[in-house]
Amino acid sequence: MKYGVNEQGYYGDFGGAYIPEMLYPNVEELRQQYQTILNDDSFKAEFNQLLKDYVGRPSPLYHAKRYSEKYGANIFLKREDLNHTGSHKINNAIGQILLAERLGKKRIIAETGAGQHGVATATVCALKGIECVVYMGEIDIQRQAPNVARMKMLGAKVVPATSGSKTLKDATNEAMRDWINNPVDTHYIIGSVVGPYPYPEMVAQFQSIISLETKKQLLEQTGRELPDYVLACVGGGSNAMGMFYHFLDDEGVKLIAVEAAGKGVESGHSAATTFLGKEGVLHGSRTILMQTEDGQVVEPYSISAGLDYPGIGPQHAHLYKIKRAEYVSITDEESLQAGLLLSQTEGIIPAIESAHAFAYLEKMQFKKDDNVVICLSGRGDKDLDTYIKYFGY
Amino acid sequence: MNRLNQLFNTKKQDLLSIYFTAGYPALNTTVDIAEALEKAGADFLEVGFPYSDPVADGPTIQNSSQTALENGMTLKVLFEELKELRKRVSIPIILMGYVNPMVQYGVERFCQTAAEVGVDGVIVPDLPMYEYENMYKDTFAKYGLSNIFLVTPQTSEERIRKIDSLSNSFIYLLSSSSITGGNLNVSNQIEDYYKRVKAMDLKNPLIIGFGISNNATYKKACQYANGAIVGSVFVKYLGSRPDYLQGIGDFVKTIK
Repeated sequence: MKYGVNEQGYYGDFGGAYIPEMLYPNVEELRQQYQTILNDDSFKAEFNQLLKDYVGRPSPLYHAKRYSEKYGANIFLKREDLNHTGSHKINNAIGQILLAERLGKKRIIAETGAGQHGVATATVCALKGIECVVYMGEIDIQRQAPNVARMKMLGAKVVPATSGSKTLKDATNEAMRDWINNPVDTHYIIGSVVGPYPYPEMVAQFQSIISLETKKQLLEQTGRELPDYVLACVGGGSNAMGMFYHFLDDEGVKLIAVEAAGKGVESGHSAATTFLGKEGVLHGSRTILMQTEDGQVVEPYSISAGLDYPGIGPQHAHLYKIKRAEYVSITDEESLQAGLLLSQTEGIIPAIESAHAFAYLEKMQFKKDDNVVICLSGRGDKDLDTYIKYFGY
Repeated sequence: MNRLNQLFNTKKQDLLSIYFTAGYPALNTTVDIAEALEKAGADFLEVGFPYSDPVADGPTIQNSSQTALENGMTLKVLFEELKELRKRVSIPIILMGYVNPMVQYGVERFCQTAAEVGVDGVIVPDLPMYEYENMYKDTFAKYGLSNIFLVTPQTSEERIRKIDSLSNSFIYLLSSSSITGGNLNVSNQIEDYYKRVKAMDLKNPLIIGFGISNNATYKKACQYANGAIVGSVFVKYLGSRPDYLQGIGDFVKTIK
């Protein structure tokens, strides 16, 4: 694949494995084994069966008629919100729990921002009867209470991260520390296409089911396998990478990644990484990240806990730099309005993360026969409080 | 030959290194602390340049880094401060920190400035061997800076040999696979690990760090290696009393 990873774990200038020696054996074990395990027939059979019978895949590709009329194009929604646990995160969690099992690991750790990845990880750990510890920023624990309760009910231990901004970045630091202290029996299920190689590639492969299905479904529904536009929201970027994956080499397909501008790109309260960031190293890979001149990581902000991450996955950084994908941003307010519009136009309440992608439709111009696919990465139940407060219901 | 090599050529046993975070507890005290540590009998020093996301460190060093950043410490400020260093301190100085601040400063500029102000080596835990060898080794060599690698109980023999071949001062042997600030627990398994590494007859001296917090753990570490590094417990000490400079002599006596 032209836009894929090389043998050293780099996507162009980005990627690699910038990890302390304490993590080297864990990451090296993964690097050496993940591809073999993923290609093993028994792994593939179990993965595909669980995706079908447990997750409910394939997720529908829904032709949104009223949206299509409104925007003057054929708009399709890839319904990851209909997956078990309510988002695309379950695809990766299933893949990694099967991998961990085959690596002989007895304990799982994870980090979570909005809680969707934490819930997905707690779910698969319950499914497999494996101990699960989820690190979550203290602030996120407060703003995502329903997901915290879900994780606990599923049997996971939720540990608050109390350092720094007390959000996803800090939860990631704590999870990495846990992994350093428990190198032998523990597998770290990273929830996005970030972290040291091979994580970005492995997570992208588990999420690539999204674009694989989309191609097939588009062909069935339109007679054309390739859409004109593909849109997805980007925090770390796992749903976007899964949505882009099988379209990367189809140069005619325009890929649009939507970041969180928060209160405005220049407001000082934003998570628009490609606008505000520059090249650097965070959480194990060389990527684009928001930082001071001195290389200290800047705390991001978004109303969506799933998008306020100061970096993006290294493959995204590469796609941005070489202009294969376009990176844009949407404010809190625009995303909430888009969430309301989708609710009242199509009867679907989206996660605020996904609503960012929908909001960008307002800024696009289409030809009548354009086929547009948007990844509806998660459902909005977890964000109801935020919607309620904003709209005053 | 830099100061580290001179030290290891002349002193083979019971070396003591102390770590502290630049800018903690106050800005512009790095040289004062270094001078006091030298007088108190430290053989070489590690000066941490703070980073917002220090994943290899425990809460003590992380908190000191956060305070240092709030105090205004940056690499630029640190290098300005260290211009005074060699007028007052003669023992080897190592900078310890994470890769991103170094990359943002510019690796060549970092090495050049570090060498100019009298720094002898660098420890960057998240700079992988592959990147060092392929991207930075020649630059480090050009300015006579040593890059010091970490080894853990999980590091394979093959990798330790590779690290030995890329090292030119000492190898930093972690007492356990953990973040900083833990307690050294010398179980049989750990003893086996020390003995295993010692028996490899490496060309570089071995210094043990992580979990060295008192005389007993220091002595134990010195049985298996050329010396030991004290970090978190000293950082805790610095944060515990306003007259920390005056008490450094007594602190070092509790270790050595």
